[in-house]
Amino acid sequence: MPNPAIRATGVVKWFGEGAAKTQALRGVSVDAYFGEMLYIVGPSGSGKTTLLSVLSGILRPDSGGVSVEGAEIWKLGSDKLADFRLHKIGFVFQDFHLFPRLSTAENVAIPLILKRKDWKQAIIEATKYLDIVGLKGRADLPPVKLSGGEQQRVAIARAIAGQPDILIMDEPTASLDGDTGQAIVGFVKQNVLNEKRCILIVTHDDRISQFATRILTMADGVLTGTVKGGSA
Amino acid sequence: MKGILKLAYKLLVNDKAKSTALLVGITFAVFLIIQMTAMFAGTMKRASATVLNLGASMWVMDPAVQTVANTIGMPDYVLDAVRSMQGVSYAVPVYTGGALVKLADGAYQSVTVVGLDDTSLFGRPQLIQGKIEDIYGENAFIVVKDPEFPKLGNPHVGTEFQVNDHRGVIVGIAQVSSSGLFGVPTLYTTYERALQYLPNPRFTISFVLVQPKSPADAVQIKQQVQALGYLALAKDEFIDRITNFYIYQTGMGTNLLIMTVMSFVVGLSISGQTFYTFVLENLDKFGALKAIGAKSRELIFMILFQASFTALTGYGLGIGMCVVLIRLARLRLPDYAALITYWNLGLAFVMVVIIAAISSYFGVRKVLRIEPFDIFRG
Repeated sequence: MPNPAIRATGVVKWFGEGAAKTQALRGVSVDAYFGEMLYIVGPSGSGKTTLLSVLSGILRPDSGGVSVEGAEIWKLGSDKLADFRLHKIGFVFQDFHLFPRLSTAENVAIPLILKRKDWKQAIIEATKYLDIVGLKGRADLPPVKLSGGEQQRVAIARAIAGQPDILIMDEPTASLDGDTGQAIVGFVKQNVLNEKRCILIVTHDDRISQFATRILTMADGVLTGTVKGGSA
Repeated sequence: MKGILKLAYKLLVNDKAKSTALLVGITFAVFLIIQMTAMFAGTMKRASATVLNLGASMWVMDPAVQTVANTIGMPDYVLDAVRSMQGVSYAVPVYTGGALVKLADGAYQSVTVVGLDDTSLFGRPQLIQGKIEDIYGENAFIVVKDPEFPKLGNPHVGTEFQVNDHRGVIVGIAQVSSSGLFGVPTLYTTYERALQYLPNPRFTISFVLVQPKSPADAVQIKQQVQALGYLALAKDEFIDRITNFYIYQTGMGTNLLIMTVMSFVVGLSISGQTFYTFVLENLDKFGALKAIGAKSRELIFMILFQASFTALTGYGLGIGMCVVLIRLARLRLPDYAALITYWNLGLAFVMVVIIAAISSYFGVRKVLRIEPFDIFRG
């Protein structure tokens, strides 16, 4: 078995206080590997998004550990953790969170700008990533002028622009119709996934399960099972 | 960091409605603050015009005198006493008072008459026409060419008129650094002629102008004058005394303070509210930036840059508006009293910095509290 890209061990997370205190993760342990498109599925409130947040370094667990490529991320200080996210993780948010006042290319260039790349150089590179997702001709348009599927592709371009080892996608098809959703995830598997990259997807959408390498199911803050994904 | 600041700039200026509202708020506040204080500075300069124009280092006066406009005559022995004091290089009398001029067309015009020491002509203005020695000629007066000049019918050298029913003739036209506060023309003549032409009480010396032998002598001169029962002030002290009179004894200062504070509050309200709304509307974007890998200090820089950029642009626009208004006003009112000084600019700048600091403080607090996890949760 190769070394995991991500290894979570006994992750526990609580929310709220007093009577409202809820345990969102109950000692979850999981490994994710390079070259793998790993789905986390389960009903609402099962802890999928919480687990994804803990694995990606944006939500500190109450106990347990997460190591990415062998490094324990929750032992890092806040600046180092931000650097870790910038260099290792690419995010595709459920609502895309594109900047409506920036052009499509400028949106994609954000991780590069945060990496201190020169503005012009960042835009040139961003345009290349827009080309990868088939939106080169839309580089100067604001995201609001794009369709939902196109916005999703812009979000993917932004997520991969920083050349992350791990891509995190939260409900990537939630805002898209069935065909577009399948096309987007299929595109990601074909063009973004490689043997040096691991993709974690939280989804409710059964229609895209064919693209998964492995599917983890969650309920009530625990992993309830693992199944092999489809063959697409 | 340059790219991050450009990102902040684009996020700000591409939101045209918000950035316009922010600029309008700050520009308006700066405009009001500078306009108010410029009017005050202009008025104060006019009020101290005689002190500035005569240029004496020290002024001896009755202790009850608060401004140049309200003089209390001093007896001649004061001049003799001051001249004999230790540390005095020289001392001369000066007379200032009002008179009535009857112009060639029969119209009357109030004027200020300054009577210079006959021997030294100390404090004489710079002539642009005529010769200073002509002031000793019969009925001779020098007129100051300032915005009030046309009120005397644009006189020239040789123009005749009546001053308090005495014949007067213009022998020179002068320029001074500041015209007076009360919108009347100024005539210079000799001290003796001023006493002849103008009705005067028993004591006639308005001020004794003193030149100390050295700046260090000023202190002992003041003490000696005080022992005599009079008051000696350095030029700047006298200007401060005049300014303080208008600030504290006329209500001008209170009005100025109220208007300045109101301008500040209006600017702060508009800008603070708009900037906070701008940050709130972009909060999820800041959260997304945090998730992607922006550090807290980078987000703080972005907000501070946005606030500073708006503040400085608004500051420049406010100053520009004020300058344009003053220029336009002077096209119609040549003696419009408004003066933009470094003090005005400094005060407005400090207030703009405070507005930017308060506006960005709340934005920064909000952004620092947003957790990237909130973005995931929607």
